[in-house]
Amino acid sequence: MTTSQSESATREAATALTGVETTARSLDEAAHEPATGITGAQSLVRSLEAIGVDVVFGIPGGAILPLYDPLFDSKVRHVLVRHEQGAGHAATGYAQATGRVGVCMATSGPGATNLVTPLADAYMDSVPIVAITGQVPSGAIGTDAFQEADIRGITMPITKHNFLVTDAADIPQRIAEAFHLASTGRPGPVLVDVPKDVLQATTDFAWPPRMDLPGYRPTTRPHGKQVREAATLIAGASRPVLYVGGGVLKAGATEELAELARLTGAPVVTTLMARGAFPDSDPQHLGMPGMHGTVAAVTALQKSDVLVALGARFDDRVTGQLSSFAPDALVVHADIDPAEIGKNRKADVPIVGDAKETIGQLVTALRAEHEAGRTPDLAAWWAQLDTWRERYPLGYDEPEDGALSPQYVIERLGAIAGPDAIYTSGVGQHQMWAAQFIKYEKPGTWLNSGGLGTMGYAVPAAMGAKQGMPETTVWAIDGDGCFQMTNQELATCAIEGIPIKVAVINNGNLGMVRQWQTLFYEGRYSNTKLHPQNADGTPKPVRIPDFVALAEALGCVGLRCESKDDVDAVIEKAMAITDAPVVIDFIVGSDAQVWPMVAAGASNDDILAARDVRPVFGEGQV
Amino acid sequence: MPRHTLSVLVENKSGVLARVSALFSRRAFNIESLAVGPTENPGLSRMTIVVEAEAQPLEQITKQLNKLVEIIKIVELETGAAVQRELLLVKVRAPLAERTQVLQTAELFRARVIDVNPETVTLEATGTPDKLQALLAVLAPLGIKEMAQSGTVALGRGPRSMSGTGTLRPVERTA
Repeated sequence: MTTSQSESATREAATALTGVETTARSLDEAAHEPATGITGAQSLVRSLEAIGVDVVFGIPGGAILPLYDPLFDSKVRHVLVRHEQGAGHAATGYAQATGRVGVCMATSGPGATNLVTPLADAYMDSVPIVAITGQVPSGAIGTDAFQEADIRGITMPITKHNFLVTDAADIPQRIAEAFHLASTGRPGPVLVDVPKDVLQATTDFAWPPRMDLPGYRPTTRPHGKQVREAATLIAGASRPVLYVGGGVLKAGATEELAELARLTGAPVVTTLMARGAFPDSDPQHLGMPGMHGTVAAVTALQKSDVLVALGARFDDRVTGQLSSFAPDALVVHADIDPAEIGKNRKADVPIVGDAKETIGQLVTALRAEHEAGRTPDLAAWWAQLDTWRERYPLGYDEPEDGALSPQYVIERLGAIAGPDAIYTSGVGQHQMWAAQFIKYEKPGTWLNSGGLGTMGYAVPAAMGAKQGMPETTVWAIDGDGCFQMTNQELATCAIEGIPIKVAVINNGNLGMVRQWQTLFYEGRYSNTKLHPQNADGTPKPVRIPDFVALAEALGCVGLRCESKDDVDAVIEKAMAITDAPVVIDFIVGSDAQVWPMVAAGASNDDILAARDVRPVFGEGQV
Repeated sequence: MPRHTLSVLVENKSGVLARVSALFSRRAFNIESLAVGPTENPGLSRMTIVVEAEAQPLEQITKQLNKLVEIIKIVELETGAAVQRELLLVKVRAPLAERTQVLQTAELFRARVIDVNPETVTLEATGTPDKLQALLAVLAPLGIKEMAQSGTVALGRGPRSMSGTGTLRPVERTA
C-alpha cells in the first residue's frame, strides 16, 4: 500500500462515518433511477448499487434465491465463499481495511446461523458490516418450516440493530437505514432479514429513501466545556499517558492523534485494536498495553497521574484487575458511545463524541493552555519511561532444542513485507506475537479479532481485505489450530482471484491454551496437541494435515520452512508470487511462550517480563 | 437496593419488548415489574419498568437501553414527583356468613365488586403497590382463591409530558 492509498483509505473511513446520504451522492446515476413493477429482489440489488456497494460475500440457498437472480446481472461483485462464516469475516476484513461498510449474504436457517460468529465478532470490535439473510416466506414464519431460524431473535444481542422486512416497498428504506446505522456513531453490524415472498413481490423503487430512525441520534460533537476541562487536566499532568483504542482508527483520527501527541509530548500506548493508529517508530510510542503488552506500556498506565483514553473501553485484557488499575490516575475518557464511559472505570472528565472531532478540539484547547503558559515538564516522567523501556524491551529466547522460533518468523515477515502490507491474524500466541513483533506505521494495516477472540478469523478477513485493497500485499498470520477452522476460503481466493498470503505458524498445538496449561495446570496438556502422537505422547513422523499438500489441493502455492536459515528466502519467494494465493507452513517449536504477561485477573503491577522475571521498577520511583 | 421507576417511550414496532427484556437479562438485571401500553401518539408505546438497582448499575442499564435504536426517550420517575398505580383483581372466598366482612373491606379500600356468586366475590382495586399490599393482607385470612395484578404504570406530576415540548428531562444520553 502506498502512502496515498493509505490516506485515501482514511478519508474513505471518514466519509463512511458521515452517513449514507454522502455515500449515495457519489454514485453512478443509473442506480438512482426510479423503477416501477420490479421485484423486491431487484429493488434490493438496486439499493445496494445506489449505496455504492462494490462487493458482497455470500452463498445462495433456497430462501435467498430470488435475490441471486438480479445479482447475476449487477455490477455488484459477488464472491462465492465456501462457508458463511467466511463471508462474515471477509466483510469485516473488507470494512477494517477500507473503512467502508462490508456486506455479506446468506440464506435462511443454517446459512444465517453460520453468520452468528462473524456478527458477534464485528459487534465486539465495532466493525461496520451489513448482513442480508433470506427468510422463509412470511406465511411460513413460526411454523418450523424447512430451513427456518429466527435469525432476528438470535442476533438481537450481537448486532447494533436488525430488521425483518415485511413489505417489499420498505426495502430501499431498510437497506439505507442498515448502512446508516452500521457506519455512523459507534459502528457495528446490522442484519436485514428478508422473507422469500417479499423478495418475489412486485414493488416500486425510488432513491434515496426517507430514513425513519427517531430514536437514533449519536452524539458526535463533543461538549466544549468537557474538552477544555480535559485540556486543563492534561496541561497540569506530570505523568500523562495517551491510551489509544480502536475508536481512533474507526474515526480516521490518526492525524489528529499525531498532533495531540506532539503537542502534549506524552507517551502513547496503542491497544490491540489500535495498532497502527500511531507509528511504532515514533519515540513517544511505548507499544501495546495489556495482558501481553510491553512492560513500559503497562507500567506507564499503572503509574500515570492523568490517563487520556481515546476511543478505548478499559477492556479487562487491558486493565487486568480493575480495582488496582492505574490507581493514581485521573481519567479523561473520550468515546462516541456514552455507555462505555464509566462502565468499567469512573471517568473524571467524560467526553462523548467522535474521536476525530474530539481530538481536534482537544488540540485547540491545549494550544490555548500552552499559550497561557501552562506547559508541563515531562522530563522526569520520560526518564522513568526510558528506563523501563531500555531495561525490559520486547524480546524472546531462541528455543533450546534448535527448533524454529515463531517470533523470529513473524519478526522477519514484518521486516520483509514492510509497513505498507496489511496483516490479519487469528487468535492465540501467533496473534500476540504479530501484535508485538511487526512494526505498524499506518492505520488499517493490522486486522484482528480483538474483543470476541475468534479463532479462524485470519484467512477470510485477509480475503476481504485483499478484495477491498487489491494493490496491497495482504498476509494472514495464522496458527495451525485457527487455520484448520476456516482454510476452505483459500479455494474461494484461488478461484475468485484474490491472491492472499498465509503464514501458518505451525507448532502442532493450540499454543496459547498450551501456554496456560504449562503455567497454570502443571504442564498437563489436556487436548491441546493437534499433531498425531504415539501412546507415550511423542509426535508421530507424519503431518496431519500436510498444509503444503492442503494448500495445493485448494489451488494455492504451498511452501514449507523448517529452519531459521530458510525463513527470509521462503518469505521472499511468497512475496514474488502475485497471481495465486500462497501458504507457507512454518514448522516452529511448540514451547515458545508469549511474554510479557499479566495473568488473567491479576494486577498489572504483577506483570512478568518473562517467566519468573518480575520487573524491578526501582526504589523511590513514582 | 433502591427502587427505580423508568418510563420508556419506544417505537410501536414488533420485537421492541423482546429487545428491552433481553437487554435486562443479558446485563444481569431483575425487572420487578413491567407494563407496556399505548400512548397518546399511535406510533409510540410506553414501557413502565420498575427495577431495584444501585445508582451506578442503573446508569449503565439506562445507557444501554438508550442505545437501542427503537427507544425514543427514558425518564426516571421519582416517587414524590410522579403518580404510580397498579391494578389488582382478586377473587375472595365469600360465603354468606363472611360476605359482609369482605364487602366492608372492599369499601374501606375503595375496591369495586365486579363479580359475585354464592361462593366468591371478585374485587377490582387500583392504587399504589403499598395500598394493594395492605388490601391483600386484610383479605388473606378470608381466603384468596385467585388473583391477578398488573405492573406499575406511572406518569410525572405537573403539566409537562414526556413527548411534548417543555418535556421532562430525559435520563442523560451523554455521560
